Amino acid sequence: MVTLADVPVPVGAAMPRPEAFLRLVDIAKQFGRFTALHGISLEVFKGEFICCVGPSGCGKTTLLRIIAGLDAQTTGQVFQAGAEISALPAARRDFGIVFQSYALFPNLTVARNVAFGIENRGLARLRVRERVAELLDLVGLAEQADKFPAQLSGGQQQRVALARALAPAPSLLLLDEPLSALDAQVRARLRGEIRALQRRLGVTTVMVTHDQEEALTMADRIVVMAQGRIDQIGTPEQVYRHPATPFVAEFLGRMNVLPGRRLPGDRVAVGDVTLHCAAGACEGTTETVTLCIRPEDIAIGRASGDCANMVSARVERLEFMGSYYTAHLAPRGIAAPLEADLSAQAVRDLALRPGEWVEAALPRDRLRVFFGWPR
Amino acid sequence: MIATAEPGMRRRRLGASRDDLIMRLGLGVGFLLLTLTVVAPLATLLVKAFQDRAGGFVGLANFLAYAESPALLRSLHHSLFVALLATAICVTLAFAFAWCLTRSCMPAKGLFRAVALVPILAPSLLPAISLVYLFGNQGLLKGLLFGASIYGPIGIVMGEVFWTFPHALIILLTAFATADQRLYEAAESLRAGRLRTFFAVTLPGVRYGLISAAFVVFTLVITDFGVPKVIGGHYNVLATDVYKQVIGQQNFQMGAVVGLILLVPAALAFVADRFAAGRQVALLGARSVPLAPKPSPAVDAAAALFCTAVAVVIVGIIAVAAFAASIKLWPYDLSFTLGHFDFDNVDGGGWGSYRNSLTLAGWSALLGSLFVFTLAFLVEKTRGLRWLGAATQLLALLPLAVPGIVLGLAYIFFFNAPANPLGAIYGTMAILVLNTIVHFYAVAHLTAITQLKQLDPEFETVAVSLKVPIWRSFLSVTLPVSLPTVFEIALYLFVNAMTTVSGVVFLYSPDTTLASVAVLNMDDAGDTAPAAAMALLIFTTSAAVRIVHTLVTRGLLARTQAWRRRITEAPREA
Ligand SMILES: Nc1ncnc2c1ncn2[C@@H]1O[C@H](COP(=O)(O)OP(=O)(O)OP(=O)(O)O)[C@@H](O)[C@H]1O
Ligand SMILES: [Mg+2]
Repeated sequence: MVTLADVPVPVGAAMPRPEAFLRLVDIAKQFGRFTALHGISLEVFKGEFICCVGPSGCGKTTLLRIIAGLDAQTTGQVFQAGAEISALPAARRDFGIVFQSYALFPNLTVARNVAFGIENRGLARLRVRERVAELLDLVGLAEQADKFPAQLSGGQQQRVALARALAPAPSLLLLDEPLSALDAQVRARLRGEIRALQRRLGVTTVMVTHDQEEALTMADRIVVMAQGRIDQIGTPEQVYRHPATPFVAEFLGRMNVLPGRRLPGDRVAVGDVTLHCAAGACEGTTETVTLCIRPEDIAIGRASGDCANMVSARVERLEFMGSYYTAHLAPRGIAAPLEADLSAQAVRDLALRPGEWVEAALPRDRLRVFFGWPR
Repeated sequence: MIATAEPGMRRRRLGASRDDLIMRLGLGVGFLLLTLTVVAPLATLLVKAFQDRAGGFVGLANFLAYAESPALLRSLHHSLFVALLATAICVTLAFAFAWCLTRSCMPAKGLFRAVALVPILAPSLLPAISLVYLFGNQGLLKGLLFGASIYGPIGIVMGEVFWTFPHALIILLTAFATADQRLYEAAESLRAGRLRTFFAVTLPGVRYGLISAAFVVFTLVITDFGVPKVIGGHYNVLATDVYKQVIGQQNFQMGAVVGLILLVPAALAFVADRFAAGRQVALLGARSVPLAPKPSPAVDAAAALFCTAVAVVIVGIIAVAAFAASIKLWPYDLSFTLGHFDFDNVDGGGWGSYRNSLTLAGWSALLGSLFVFTLAFLVEKTRGLRWLGAATQLLALLPLAVPGIVLGLAYIFFFNAPANPLGAIYGTMAILVLNTIVHFYAVAHLTAITQLKQLDPEFETVAVSLKVPIWRSFLSVTLPVSLPTVFEIALYLFVNAMTTVSGVVFLYSPDTTLASVAVLNMDDAGDTAPAAAMALLIFTTSAAVRIVHTLVTRGLLARTQAWRRRITEAPREA
């Protein structure tokens, strides 16, 4: 379970914990008899970039719509900037939102789309125009101001939607899979741009995505959801290095999963092999455990030294991944396959070929132990 | 676990914003107005069917009296047969025609479209009169029927297909027009052939329109009495039964009974349509790319050929009416004359009835289109009060299940009741306008709803997040994007007001005689040529308004719909 101790101190704040800017308390959402969200509690601090990540249908969009006040939670409370907003309709909350479909107004030019939320608010025309220009500059679309949305590429439309949402300077920005309709390259570039923009404006942001890579690269903290529950909250490093559940371990990044049996003395038997774990890591209640280790944490060598956690394995396949290789290994005495990442350099040095035997080291401090066998 | 401040177990609701309240209020007003103009009159009609002439309750006596006459079953059978046959023929033709107009690259699309919509500009009496001139006892083409008589089901089906064709076409064109280029590009990239693409992309995309079209045509045919009145001969149908009972025998109670029976098939079709409509999804978002069909010589030639054949028939029928209206005495004296346009010398109200028709059409179009679109918007977008939205939707569509003739009858009963304070409008232009808008409400409403469903559902959400009041996003996005549809609705109301007979035939007074009713009365009195002349005049007026509409819409599209034009050299992602 997630405890307060797991929640890290927000970026740049070494002082005592500040009050959370957005606080969800025990939010539940029911659609008829189906429960989409079970008791979600979450704190988001000012200026933070939070990514909610999880498989399709886990309730991310539902959660975002509740934060926005577009749907009512069945039970639970929402606080923003210290005030309870649980029952406020969307029109009286303070947020900007970008949808996967962008929902740009097709009959208005880019400039008028961006101006939509700041016109007719007692702001002088000149000031509106300045603000629009400023925002279009910010998202790099100053040249496109007079075009209509249908005349823009997907990435450009996305940035217009972002500029429109940011125009009234909301204190909270909500993004629902803003990049999922784009191709990989544009997506990768926009990730960086959105993040930079968010830092620059310091706007508190909650983004929903089912792309774990997006979450890992963009977020200050990641909220991993599964089946309407939060499995873990933490910085990208925390959730990646120390996944709280086997689900988180497998969902974020790639993971080798080995079924094992607990032995005395911080040891686990996996098939015919006995592996050593970090001291205290194996203190649990059940006999069966799950061992997890990331492909990049497995070291491959030729030497058959007799040190701990060395496993002999046959190379089944070498997969070229661009800057590195993934070796698919069949370890001796273990039924489950293993994947290990090697640099191109290492592959050359070892002159690795499929069918050969190598020694794989599973460093004990990289082994995660979960109790019970999930599948 | 973060500690919970309070158990928070009570079910929460969001408060209503000012926009929510305004919209709910608007929806409530719309609901009340529809209740007053649709439900209340029908309820009065229902009561009437269970009363005798003196107003005493007689239970089912009226129904039993009717059921004892074998005429009922025969008329019902006739009505169903004619309506099903006309629907099948009409929707098939309209589907093919709509496909040609939107998915082929044949030449002269604008012309074909204009010609195909021509029948909507004429009263249903016009094709019937033309068919009599063509295939009647002294008809030009009588031989083509090989001895069969045009007076009966053949004539009715031909007349009805002609007259309902544009109704089906408009619905199908709207459905076809919303295609997304990207779906077709996807299908093509998957190497789907034309046929496969048709069944996988085209047909599902217009499914809703197809069902709607069939529904609308079926109901129009089964409830129309103009065509069977003129060309039906002794082939009785339900609609002519009502007319005979009320106008012929002044038997209002029996008219109410037949009216109620006439409600059944229309209501069944209505339910079927609602079932299908539940499956409609939003098709056109800001990110949709409008479809631009690709040329294919063989297909385009076939399309042009088909459309030419349809167009020739349509133009021919109008031409025959024009011919009938401008010769002295068919078939004996074929010299040219304008004498049949001297309406003041025959019964029917003369030129004054034409002026009245113009007034009626103008008001119906103006008030109707704005009201319909606004209420459709409220029905689609109001948050909360779901039941009120659903109920209003039902009321808005209800007129589709109510034949004009039944609605007209219901209006007499309701507005003519001595105790009704609204009775003041009885016998005035106001009741005609009201009746006309209500009579044609459902199709107008469906057109508006279809348009609204095609807009991205998140438009309003975005507007809310930007703190823009709902009326502003309505006025600056929803309405401009939908302006062609609003104009289409206004035109639809105008033209129907000009051409309708069935709704208003019970409601006009000596001060408010109408052109379309004059056609009926003149034809009834044997003044066929002046009837043809008046029908032609109605047609010409509608056509002129249609042309003005086209010009205005074109100018408008150029100005406000610039986003629909896809600039091919638009920069792709740099
Ligand atoms: N209006 C609704 N009525 C009934 N069930 C709903 C409704 N909206 C969402 N759900 C259900 O709630 C669950 C969560 O939906 P949600 O849209 O939040 O998923 P998501 O995490 O955003 O998924 P995706 O990544 O596919 O967008 C799903 O099982 C969905 O079917
Ligand atoms: Mg979602």
